[in-house]
Amino acid sequence: MKTNRFWAWLTFALGAAYFIVPLLATFEFSLRMRRGTYSFDAYASVFADPYFVSSFGYSVVIGLVTIVVGVLVVVPAVYFVRLRMPWLRPFMEFITLLPLVIPALVLVYGYIRLYNSSSIIPFTGSALGTDILLTGAYVTLALPYMYRAVDNGMRTIDIGTLTEAAQIMGANQAQIIGRIILPNILVAILSGAFLTFAIVIGEFTIASLLNRPAFGPYLVGIGTNRAYEPAALAIISFIITWGAMGMINVLGRFAPRTSARTD
Amino acid sequence: MTNTASPRRIPWDALAVAPFIIFAVMFLFLPTLGIIGAAFTDRAGSFTFDNIFGLFTDQILAAYWISIRISGASAFFGALIGLAIVLAIIRGRLPAPLRSAVMTFSGVASNFAGVPLAFAFIATLGRLGLVTIVLKFLGLDIYRSGFNLLSFWGLTLTYLYFQIPLMMLTIAPAVDGLKKEWNEAAQMLGASQFQFWRYVGLPILWPSFLGTLSLLFANAFGAIATAWALTGSNLNIVTVLLYNQIRGDALQNPGLGAALALGMIVITSLANVIYLVVAARAERWMK
Repeated sequence: MKTNRFWAWLTFALGAAYFIVPLLATFEFSLRMRRGTYSFDAYASVFADPYFVSSFGYSVVIGLVTIVVGVLVVVPAVYFVRLRMPWLRPFMEFITLLPLVIPALVLVYGYIRLYNSSSIIPFTGSALGTDILLTGAYVTLALPYMYRAVDNGMRTIDIGTLTEAAQIMGANQAQIIGRIILPNILVAILSGAFLTFAIVIGEFTIASLLNRPAFGPYLVGIGTNRAYEPAALAIISFIITWGAMGMINVLGRFAPRTSARTD
Repeated sequence: MTNTASPRRIPWDALAVAPFIIFAVMFLFLPTLGIIGAAFTDRAGSFTFDNIFGLFTDQILAAYWISIRISGASAFFGALIGLAIVLAIIRGRLPAPLRSAVMTFSGVASNFAGVPLAFAFIATLGRLGLVTIVLKFLGLDIYRSGFNLLSFWGLTLTYLYFQIPLMMLTIAPAVDGLKKEWNEAAQMLGASQFQFWRYVGLPILWPSFLGTLSLLFANAFGAIATAWALTGSNLNIVTVLLYNQIRGDALQNPGLGAALALGMIVITSLANVIYLVVAARAERWMK
């Protein structure tokens, strides 16, 4: 048994080294910009770059719109399918698996062919149209995660009983969704939202093929032109991802309380 | 209220599900069908198999093959190493707080992909990376002994950074499902640890392992951002080839581009079908 624990610790230590060393190395690299001494010059250079601010801001806005649209598309559908149309469930599960099966690169190829400026819905004909298309693409990318988060959230609360109780009290359908169901699955929705944000914020493929000034294409541009800023940006990206995942973890602790609350 | 409701009731059900269906049709079904259609259409607009046959050139087959090899290697090693770490943490009885910390980190690392991941590995194992310099200081010049980050093994090593955590997150519930009583029962019947794993543990984990393996394969096969940021357009993998095709018609034949995309869908679909079939079998053991 003692040897068993030794191997366990050794495996863990080797795994930990593989994951921690690149982070340390990246951080060390990001400090090397000034010759002969460590400094935060690379970070200062990144934050002073107007393109960093504008591309990051653009991706944040697209990310937030993606979350709102995703919630509006997913929540009512999951609610009504669970409540009244359970026969649609396999179909919904199939749809939400598709974005994992069809690579994003193939989807965006399809969008460009289908929604070009000479088509019936010329999304790519204008900047605003392309932004809408990009948002739609991101909602699609996040669909599997948003659906699963919302579906799990609704599983833990008894939506049938909640809905009947609200109807007896005289609530209409909008009030039921807005004031009964939504607050009860808020933690689940926020988990889906943070995961969506983590996926969207640095996305490269779709944004670059649609020619939008997003954070992902900006990163690639910096990668080909600069030496130390990419390392600083990798550290910044890691902190953003960590923040989003950390929020999901913190929210997870509130989840059981939500399901038990009956007030 | 119930008497008056029926005739003028708003069809909420249909209204609520409609956006979801419309969304799926606009952003999933039509674009995919468009690609499939274009793969079987020639320039004049009539039906043809030429685009599919056109895939069988050295350049395109090589691109598919490198993609399959990188995805296969990163999925295989990712699954193996991920399983080993999960077994070490759960079965090796490492402290419980460590487990939750590792799982949280896995959630972060499995999403830390794309361009920043490429930057991190350039800063680590690039020609000026910290590990490269430290190893050179210790007398091992990895670049002189043939290592290159912009190669098959370099890319595989980089992909492992999101493949291993993804494996850990997916396989952990299955490893949790291995009950302690099974091990005790086996021991009482006189089985060694090796026999327990050979005849009980691994056969139970096998479907989950195989299922996750195909999930990891599909995950790496569709990836492009990391490879693009790492190697530019130099590496001839199928995603980079398709990216160049979408950008500037690199194959000089739109139908061939669609066929290339269709080939990718077929390969990732196969991997996912294997995953679904095997995962359904694996779930029987969970109960």
